[in-house]
Amino acid sequence: MNPSYETHEHDVLIIGAGGAGLRAAIEALAQGARVGVVCKSLLGKAHTVMAEGGIAAAMSNVDKADDWRTHFRDTMRGGKMLNDWRMAQLHAQEAPERVRELEQWGALFDRTADGEILQRAFGGHTFKRLCHVGDRTGLEMIRTLQDRGVHMGFDVFMECTVTRLLKDGDRVSGAFGYWREQGRFVIFKAKSVVIATGGIGKAWKITSNSWEYTGDGMTLAYEAGAELMDMEFVQFHPTGMVWPPGVQGILVTEAVRGEGGILRNKNGERFMERYDPKKMELSTRDVVARAIYTEVREGRGTEHGGAYLDISQKPADYVKKKLPSMYHQFLELADVDITKGPMEVGPTCHYMMGGIRVDAETAQSSVPGLFAAGEAAAGLHGANRLGGNSLSDLLVFGRRAGLGAAEHAKKAGVPALDSAQVEDASRKILAPFERPSGESPYDVHHDLQAAMQSLVGIYRQEEDLFRALGEIEKLRARAARVRVEGSRMFNPGWHLTRDLECMFTVTEAVTRSALARHESRGAHSRLDYPKLDDAWGKKNNVIVQKDGAMSLFDVPVREMPDDLKQIMAEEK
Amino acid sequence: MAEATLRIFRGDQKGGQAADYHVPLVPGMVVLDAVHSVQAHQAPDLAVRWNCKAGKCGSCSAEVNGRPRLMCKTRMDSLPLDRPVTILPMKAFPLIKDLVTDVSWNYEVNRKIPPFQPRPGVVWKMDQRDVDRVQEFRKCIECFLCQDVCHVLRDHGKREQFGGPRFFVRVAGLEMHPLDGLSRGRVLKEQLGIGLCNITKCCTEVCPEEIHITDNAIIPLKERVVDEFYDPLLMLVRKIRGA
Repeated sequence: MNPSYETHEHDVLIIGAGGAGLRAAIEALAQGARVGVVCKSLLGKAHTVMAEGGIAAAMSNVDKADDWRTHFRDTMRGGKMLNDWRMAQLHAQEAPERVRELEQWGALFDRTADGEILQRAFGGHTFKRLCHVGDRTGLEMIRTLQDRGVHMGFDVFMECTVTRLLKDGDRVSGAFGYWREQGRFVIFKAKSVVIATGGIGKAWKITSNSWEYTGDGMTLAYEAGAELMDMEFVQFHPTGMVWPPGVQGILVTEAVRGEGGILRNKNGERFMERYDPKKMELSTRDVVARAIYTEVREGRGTEHGGAYLDISQKPADYVKKKLPSMYHQFLELADVDITKGPMEVGPTCHYMMGGIRVDAETAQSSVPGLFAAGEAAAGLHGANRLGGNSLSDLLVFGRRAGLGAAEHAKKAGVPALDSAQVEDASRKILAPFERPSGESPYDVHHDLQAAMQSLVGIYRQEEDLFRALGEIEKLRARAARVRVEGSRMFNPGWHLTRDLECMFTVTEAVTRSALARHESRGAHSRLDYPKLDDAWGKKNNVIVQKDGAMSLFDVPVREMPDDLKQIMAEEK
Repeated sequence: MAEATLRIFRGDQKGGQAADYHVPLVPGMVVLDAVHSVQAHQAPDLAVRWNCKAGKCGSCSAEVNGRPRLMCKTRMDSLPLDRPVTILPMKAFPLIKDLVTDVSWNYEVNRKIPPFQPRPGVVWKMDQRDVDRVQEFRKCIECFLCQDVCHVLRDHGKREQFGGPRFFVRVAGLEMHPLDGLSRGRVLKEQLGIGLCNITKCCTEVCPEEIHITDNAIIPLKERVVDEFYDPLLMLVRKIRGA
């Protein structure tokens, strides 16, 4: 192997420094492991800072009747029963302890009158359950985890992109990547690797996701032989900004509806009465997103093709206190004062329910030593995620992944690095510099986003999905010919060439899974199969690489034990 | 279609200069959108940091027409467009490339600050009023614009002795945490050099989160340091006791 490559060695390597990655790092450190954390951005900038609404945990501080059983049932119902029941159970049981822990590490939440952590209502949750601080819960969480981890002593490698997982036989042995700043290569040798890289939303045109969300972790795992599951379930958040064009897709927190915001169409009708008269605005995200989409398609949309979301009936001071960043966001970016008038909102690609298939207890994938947590992993949310269940997911399964990875590292020997893999990875990543001419990677990305937006959006049908597969193939061929200008030094055009490969892998997986599922369930809506199908309700789609091609099969949903069936049967 | 001219710094440690790019204007466009347009159509290797594009992550800091700002929150229609919009990297930090600077020093300062430590035997209950007081400091998104504009760092380069406004805000958030039991007075005085701040309030002016950095964080912390180390009566008592 080229001896000039910078090499670092750890027991546990964590890829991604959002909530899941940081929580995994803290747990692995607590287990005595040497821990490295690699992230594409600066520490503390991960997508977790965008989370606004809160952390779902049945603390029963506000609604005394709440308990883990109800949270479990809400999560399973929200996920249309495709969730891994064990993950949903662990999540509901452990979330309150994870929140208390966060508080003991210095996080500050809004309070009830008697000094407990305050909880707010959210879509699909039976009780007031979301622990929050105004509408910047994610920032509070990431800052707390970041400082905890830094002071416990992990090594952090900021602005570093991993492009390949290295393997020693069947097991994972580390990772290969490059420093974004200088373009130099770096090797991480590790006994266990945790993938906590988040989602894939940057493959769609209208999205709340940042440049980082290109499906890197899922692709790394897939290329290393791990399985991806539930890839057809992409969540479109019902409320993104729609106007002006520059802000299209930016998230409008569900907390607006949680605090009493009302949705209306251009005729002033409170249209949720027609889609979910019981839960109204606080129905699950899949239902509300389809409702807004349908209102617009049938000609009842707002001037800029959205719906009105109005919180101005609440006192202005209350709105500014509970939704401060929404107040500023609309005032500064859209010239709208939300204490005086309605916002214009529409669906935006937001979250990936699918991802790396993992064991519920340990978060280990099918590749020994490879773990995954948070949005990059599948299982907890099934066909649709409830708002607030993401931050709690990061804490519960971030911790479990860190624990699993540290325990695996204790038992595993030091892996060997294979120089052929390293050389292959370095050759691949440099290839775009070799071409004398070619188009810009930005054009290819633009066209991929347009194709996914129009062909694999909220509503799908066979014809569109087949066309999407064809488009992805054509774009892949174009990407193989893109050219990079400039040097290896902080070169976003070059960085995008690898991101594109990842986006092709995950969008193909999404499209193939969506083609296979002949029904509509949760976030997956087929115009040609508009109904729930009981047979499909018992199956998860799984994607794996076979002989260099993508192969899809289905596996039976794990059957729930009787005590949990009992909980599901109870009505509350 | 209406156009704007961006004058963006291009270069690295070895040198560089501003280059002009013409960008078509779109309603509601922010400076970051315009920079992205340049990246997509004219200069694919233009280096810029960004993440959320919604004013929540504090990545896209730069100096727009001479003023330190978040590019994602600066509307193009708020700037005079009859002349080029200049976009330069933050001056107080070492340049990496184009609009990207090396902000790693900030992370080193943060490590010096003792983390939250609950008072022994604490009961985990808090009053909303006490939480509200600290929220202001905790909403900092670490854009480092306050560090960029602070003359102690920008003009005098006192990074060894001085922590900068961002970290006074951080310490204020810890010191005023209702359940924290630690005093960080000595760290403020000796490691973060709070005495070097002469309250010109430049930091407060550029804060995109509108944190009253000087009035609510720095001045109360300065008072704490004075109480702890420069109280004449206490100094006398200490002298007598030989402490």
